[in-house]
Amino acid sequence: MTPALAVNGLSVVFDEFVALDDVSLSVAPGESYGLVGESGSGKSTLLRAVAGLAPVAEGTIEVDGAPLGKRRDKAFYRKVQMVFQDPYGSLHPRQTVDRLLLEPLAIHGFADTESRIVRALDEVGLGSGFRFRYSHQLSGGQRQRVAIARALILEPSILLLDEPTSALDASVQAEVLNLLEQLRADRRLTFVMVSHDLAVVTHMCDRLMVMQNGRAVEQLTSTDLAARNVTQDYTRGLLAASEGFRRAG
Amino acid sequence: MSALLTVEDLRVSFPTRTGLIEAVRGVSFTLGRERLGIVGESGSGKSQTGRAIMGLTAEHGVIDAKRLEFNGIDLLKASASERRALRGKRIAMILQDPKYSLNPVMTIGRQIVETLRAHEPVGKAEAKKRALDMLAAVQIRDPERVFDLYPHEVSGGMGQRAMIAMMLVAGPELLIADEPTSALDVTVQLDVLGILNRLVAERGMGLIFISHDLRLVSSFCDRVIVMYAGRIVEELPADKLSEAQHPYTRGLLNCMPQIGADRHPLPVLDRKPEWRT
Repeated sequence: MTPALAVNGLSVVFDEFVALDDVSLSVAPGESYGLVGESGSGKSTLLRAVAGLAPVAEGTIEVDGAPLGKRRDKAFYRKVQMVFQDPYGSLHPRQTVDRLLLEPLAIHGFADTESRIVRALDEVGLGSGFRFRYSHQLSGGQRQRVAIARALILEPSILLLDEPTSALDASVQAEVLNLLEQLRADRRLTFVMVSHDLAVVTHMCDRLMVMQNGRAVEQLTSTDLAARNVTQDYTRGLLAASEGFRRAG
Repeated sequence: MSALLTVEDLRVSFPTRTGLIEAVRGVSFTLGRERLGIVGESGSGKSQTGRAIMGLTAEHGVIDAKRLEFNGIDLLKASASERRALRGKRIAMILQDPKYSLNPVMTIGRQIVETLRAHEPVGKAEAKKRALDMLAAVQIRDPERVFDLYPHEVSGGMGQRAMIAMMLVAGPELLIADEPTSALDVTVQLDVLGILNRLVAERGMGLIFISHDLRLVSSFCDRVIVMYAGRIVEELPADKLSEAQHPYTRGLLNCMPQIGADRHPLPVLDRKPEWRT
């Protein structure tokens, strides 16, 4: 079966700094794949490189078997969409929700904009009452729902999620994670999700890659991780750290 | 043992165009030389509680309380200059993100020396020595080098250690830490908490640890206060967290994904209007 997303020997270099060093992964259609690591591990850079937002120095990226060139065409963005970490920074402050959702439809020349906007809002659990609000009139969770609606309005098959819940409260995080799972099941979406939180990634993803300093440390399934079936010390350290503080002695 | 801090019926409100916003609505607690955690989600009033004790409430905010006493000093009646003398010397505060709470155009060393000399009549050489000792105490390996660095030249974890050094150099009796590790990576987070834990224990300080992370707080503190919509909904010993009674506390504990637990979908909080009263 052709993987939905295949990354081979990908490197990203900013000036002299190697942000991503020879990383390969392959995600099957309908799979949910996680990237975990600390700041500077290259997990977000990998996602941004796939979306065409980071300069690829070496390696190839394939979507549904077709290699991507230097520039991404419109058809690519119909297929692959991204949700960013900070719902405060990723929505235009002077556009209403309606205007925000209209933009991708206009770019891609959709005709039935009215019904699509109504449906997109409905799907993310926001009623039409939110349609003509500005982002500053929404809570963090509601903003992230708008960002998800904007990504899904073009009916992509692959969703890139960059820390989609780390700016949210725990109870709101649970709601957004449930929404994402629901949407993935309904639409048979492929997820690639970045998070610094091991618990969130194991909850959401089937397989995951642990990254450190721009390199892949190891790839494993969530079941293996939960069973502490890990081979690398770094992963063990992350697991121990995620269990919380222990007073010495 | 006399209480270090007594808070009785604290209220913080902000008049706005659309009416009065009550951020804190009647919070009471006493603090000895112990570690107290205040937990809640955004908008619960946990940070405003800390800021009111520190005297850092925004100018148009209205603070009201039956009692707000620190070591026998009535904080409500204290003048601005009396508050200023307390702040930094006897009550100190660590904020969330060292990127914003350190002065970007001063070296780390100068900032620590400035704090010390603002509160104690010490000479330059003596102040520098104490600053270096303090940097060593927060486990910075090369204090001499870090002393001369600017905040943008150090990592988040290092910045937060420098912040702790700066806050503890004048030897405060009460430390308020408002989300001190939320901006840090998990592994760094544990290092910083370890340092904080050791220093608080060694110096016998009182600590108020404000955080949104219930589990982290309960693993670090002796006692935990859970806040919702400006009020305390539950207070419990940290090791009795699993016996929490209030549905909000239980909901908060429950809605976090856990490694190895297969719960799809995650339980969500069903916020009841009666929790607000």
